[in-house]
Amino acid sequence: MRVTCTVNGEPREADDVWPGESLLYVLRERLGLPGAKNACEQGECGSCTVYLDGTPVCACLVAAGQAQDAAIVTVEGLPAAGALDPVQQAFLETGAVQCGFCTPGLIVAVHDLLARVPHPADPEIREALAGNLCRCTGYEKIIDAVRLAASRA
Amino acid sequence: MDFHAPGTLADALAVKAAHPDALPIAGGTDVMVDLNFDRRRPPALIDLTRVGELRAFGADGAHLRIGAGVPYRQIIDQLAARAPGLALAARTIGSPQIRNRGTLGGNLGSASPAGDAHPPLLAAGAVVELASVRGTRTVPAAEFFTGPKRSVLAADELVTAVLLPVAPGPQQFAKVGTRTAMVIAVCSFAVALDPVARTVGTGIGSAGPTPLRATAAHDLPLPWDTAGPLDDDLVRRFGELVAAAARPIDDVRGTAAYRRHALGVLARRTLTWAWDDYRKGRA
Amino acid sequence: MTTTVSTTRGGVGDSALRPDGTLKVTGEFAFSSDLYADDMLWGATLRSPHPRALIRSVDIGAALALPGVYAVLTADDVPGERRYGLEVVDQPVLAGRSVRYQGEPVAIVAADHPETARRAVARITVDYEVLAPVTDPEAALAPGAPQVHEDADDDPRAGHSEPGPDQPLGTGNLTRHVPVRRGDPAATAPVVVAGRYEIGMQDQAFLGVESGLAVPAEDGGVDLYIATQWLHVDQKQVAACLGLPADKVRLTLAGVGGAFGAREDLSMQVHASMLALRTGRPVKMVYSREESFFGHVHRHPAVLHYEHGADTDGTLVYVRARIVLDGGAYTSSTPAVVANAATLGVGPYTVPNVAIDAYGVYTNNPPCGAMRGFGAVQACFAYESQMDALAAALGMDPVELRARNALTTGGLMPTGQLVEGPAPVAELLRRVRDLPPAPAGADFLPGGVANTTRGEGVVRGVGYAIGIKNVCFSEGFDDYSTARVRLEVINGRAVALVHTAAAEVGQGLVTVQQQIARTELGVDQVTVATADTRVGSAGSSSASRQTYMTGGAVRAACRLVADRVYARAGVPEGRLRDGAVLDASGAVVASLADVVGDDPIEQTTEYRHRPTSPLDPETGQGDAHVQYAFAAHRATVDVDVELGLVKVVEIATAQDVGKAVNPQAVVGQIQGGTAQGIGLALMEEIQVVDGLVRNPSFTDYLIPTILDMPPTRVDVLELADPHSPYGLRGVGEPPTISSTPAVVAAIRAATGRPLPRVPVRPEHIVG
Ligand SMILES: Cc1cc2nc3c(=O)[nH]c(=O)nc-3n(C[C@H](O)[C@H](O)[C@H](O)COP(=O)(O)OP(=O)(O)OC[C@H]3O[C@@H](n4cnc5c(N)ncnc54)[C@H](O)[C@@H]3O)c2cc1C
Ligand code: FES
Ligand code: FES
Repeated sequence: MRVTCTVNGEPREADDVWPGESLLYVLRERLGLPGAKNACEQGECGSCTVYLDGTPVCACLVAAGQAQDAAIVTVEGLPAAGALDPVQQAFLETGAVQCGFCTPGLIVAVHDLLARVPHPADPEIREALAGNLCRCTGYEKIIDAVRLAASRA
Repeated sequence: MDFHAPGTLADALAVKAAHPDALPIAGGTDVMVDLNFDRRRPPALIDLTRVGELRAFGADGAHLRIGAGVPYRQIIDQLAARAPGLALAARTIGSPQIRNRGTLGGNLGSASPAGDAHPPLLAAGAVVELASVRGTRTVPAAEFFTGPKRSVLAADELVTAVLLPVAPGPQQFAKVGTRTAMVIAVCSFAVALDPVARTVGTGIGSAGPTPLRATAAHDLPLPWDTAGPLDDDLVRRFGELVAAAARPIDDVRGTAAYRRHALGVLARRTLTWAWDDYRKGRA
Repeated sequence: MTTTVSTTRGGVGDSALRPDGTLKVTGEFAFSSDLYADDMLWGATLRSPHPRALIRSVDIGAALALPGVYAVLTADDVPGERRYGLEVVDQPVLAGRSVRYQGEPVAIVAADHPETARRAVARITVDYEVLAPVTDPEAALAPGAPQVHEDADDDPRAGHSEPGPDQPLGTGNLTRHVPVRRGDPAATAPVVVAGRYEIGMQDQAFLGVESGLAVPAEDGGVDLYIATQWLHVDQKQVAACLGLPADKVRLTLAGVGGAFGAREDLSMQVHASMLALRTGRPVKMVYSREESFFGHVHRHPAVLHYEHGADTDGTLVYVRARIVLDGGAYTSSTPAVVANAATLGVGPYTVPNVAIDAYGVYTNNPPCGAMRGFGAVQACFAYESQMDALAAALGMDPVELRARNALTTGGLMPTGQLVEGPAPVAELLRRVRDLPPAPAGADFLPGGVANTTRGEGVVRGVGYAIGIKNVCFSEGFDDYSTARVRLEVINGRAVALVHTAAAEVGQGLVTVQQQIARTELGVDQVTVATADTRVGSAGSSSASRQTYMTGGAVRAACRLVADRVYARAGVPEGRLRDGAVLDASGAVVASLADVVGDDPIEQTTEYRHRPTSPLDPETGQGDAHVQYAFAAHRATVDVDVELGLVKVVEIATAQDVGKAVNPQAVVGQIQGGTAQGIGLALMEEIQVVDGLVRNPSFTDYLIPTILDMPPTRVDVLELADPHSPYGLRGVGEPPTISSTPAVVAAIRAATGRPLPRVPVRPEHIVG
């Protein structure tokens, strides 16, 4: 089947899609956007988090055909005008990135959180990021990054 | 594999009738795991996310009608006052990403014994609405489930909505998991007080082949008139009745003995909280 | 020793930012699963559903007939050595006559789409004769037990490979026995506590699953882009299995999504290469999360019997222990894990009389090998539980009991090895104890947002633990790292290029290499080349050794480069700073760019730590370890004692890192390592029943979420080690070791339950 959607503001089209494929596979393997990661493909890790029509979802749990006509934004689409998004900049500065496999999904999740709640308290940060596993950092510096990005908003 | 994307309920039912072995997909949070892990290869998928009727919710006579395609996020944000037990349960489901996509209809469609939306439906006496090209029928939530991952849903049917009696009294839900978030229930429990009928609705999750009710606790003699404090013996008896109603097994998530024990604790605590709310409401 | 005080921005001691950070936050960093080549095929693996069976036949006909399938290969297609292994060559590339664990690879497929490859795998028929698996390690050691490696033609003991010290190996199902004897093994004492402790099988659970891309080369060789911990040990094993000389198997490190020990052994390296060579097309393999649980070794589950004897004042008189580690079906690094458990088995304490026996055992359970903490984790849970039990028996404060027996500089290990460097054991403990207590409330009660309590049943507890870990490779292993450093002038500025084969796995090694080159060469701009096998081995990114070893190699290569700069500039005792060459008095003699000019200076060198010696096979005596590292934890927990749910409220930790080369990264390692220890304490276990894994998914193998992790307080000490570069001490492993017993001690304090097993499950608490 053919899937047409906009990704990071550009119209995109993928052909010969197997209907059982996930949006994650389409993004990574067909549209050349490997930013969203594939740590579990069962919704448990959040490394594949992307915006689907403005809502953060696990791309691994969206069937390719469900993305027809949708607007998708991935981590690759967040930097504006060549500059890093403030959330990306904060992750970089606070040491919230180690291996970085969780990072793209977390950045989308934090981007969404700060868009909804500009100055979240720690418990709100934790509840909002509970769907994003990180095995390297113990999360403390990720919380630092959220606080830093929020303080600059 | 084929992919159908009906835009209306009528189209969806027609596709389902024409392809009874096609698999509906709503939020995909159960279906896609099965596809990704190669556990399931249906001949076709029927995407329900474009069916507007399934995403509607609102008052329907004496009931609150929640479309099968309403995601948990909306239940939490918009229905907490009218369906408090269900909203409490929804908040414990998966993660924000899962709650953004996952639906009540999908939870019923999967009919997992661990489905967290089920206990509050049982406790509140909810009714499940099923439709096919043959017509529409309703089934009490307590009769919907027939076994682990099995339900009365016929091959040509879809779940269209859940009808909840507008909460006449306080409701509670609590869930035990071995992690602080994003965890499948080891066991869960819902209670719904009905001060009008003077009954105690219950729902037990993850402790039997289907969600269960503690029917013996239905008529627990609570001091409805005085709205006085609950006596310890009564609370203890409620815990025992709930634990006795469970039919748990040992599995990777916990032992049968622990589940029974924990259900007793959850039952005592949630009844006490709900009763406190009832008393406050009366004061 | 030489301590270099950094004056260079982004040099040693500065929290320099990661050079790969921007790519990682924008999603452009290429992990091994992100690789792509034109015309590439997808590989998939057929794995055994049985933990122990004989293979009567394999029928690949139906799989080959599927359109889109390009190759289906079995054991008979392995071109070279049919087995591989880190220390002992015993693990089949593809199972031949028998399978020894559930998930053992039997056949591999290359196809045009992952789904085609999966369908082809499903069409392969294997006729198994299923045998009863050997699953209980104690029973496996008993005389007459069925042998995991009994069939003659599949004899795993066929080869003995380097690298890996020449380990004394056991017989039958015994992989290795390490005894340690010191003083009087039959000593007696007035106060005695004994216990049996158990550790479940933990998984590294890195997020980036096993994956890589093999590209066939024109010279008949293969180029492999792979996430691994040690390129050269992979190269050696892959080349042997492909029957190719090492120079025809070229490895390049692809982005690594965490490692923690799970990438020390091969996974899909040989498989992808075989498929690429057979089809003549690039082949990509990416495991699913479920397959990943079968695709790498795990932390050894262990049963540990301990007896501690002490004087009435708390002074330890003796420790006796029997430690049995289940190594599963193949050797992997079990021999070295056993040695760690034995030699570090009393913990960071001075004990005059020691009798420890540690055993590694073959079973038909999943193979176990390296994981962060490597044998020290299992022992620490047991000895720290014992120290608390002893404190209780003596009526002593548990911190004071530990401090009284604390190892000190100049003390002796049970192996007889003198502890030369700083050993601030008592100080680390007192530091965590003297921190202000955790705040009274908590953001979340046990159960989190699942509404299980409003305070009912919640009891707070506090617990302490300290651990010890060896850094670098031990027991006489020739442990080295190689670095190539080039200084050249680009656009009028002197810049450095550092090239090593050391695996950046997330820990920040690329940053450390840059920092060292900046400090040593006085340049701002340092590029770290992608790690590959075109430069000599760097050894493994394990044993907390890379900052020490590859850091040491980069420093040494930089100093050779600097010497040539001084020679060119004619300043015998020069220094380099801020792009200038200084003389001994500190006066600027020339600009570095002018001295280097058009003639780049390049040096390649190997760095070795001081030698170690093997353990005496009877007594376990010997200077086996290079460096010791210590960390202490204080855990504060809230326990819902009626439901058995635990919320860690706060973790405080103190660790001596010798020199914090990158303070931010050091703290990151400590926090991340601590999280893995909390995971082992509370939730992480691969459940294996009758040799079958029951929870190979992230739905049921649970790792801590952000809601499970408490705020951490990290206190970093910098007591320089006289032998290591900049005085640094390995950082990665110690935090994982003592966090587990500290959390369990806190739960015991809250509940009074004995809790001899981790992970602690709710049913253990409610009893
Ligand atoms: C990471 C993760 C965590 C989770 N955590 C929880 C949890 O804590 N508690 C919990 O209860 N569940 C949990 N789940 C399971 C899942 O999210 C829920 O069951 C959810 O309600 C499924 O809804 P969905 O819309 O995504 O269903 P889908 O996956 O789209 O469908 C599920 C099933 O229902 C059928 N179906 C869907 N809609 C209809 C309909 N209208 N009529 C008939 N059949 C239909 C489908 O054919 C399929 O069989 C989790 C899942 C994931 C991936
Ligand atoms: S890959 Fe989608 S949630 Fe893990
Ligand atoms: S940085 Fe490695 S998983 Fe988060």
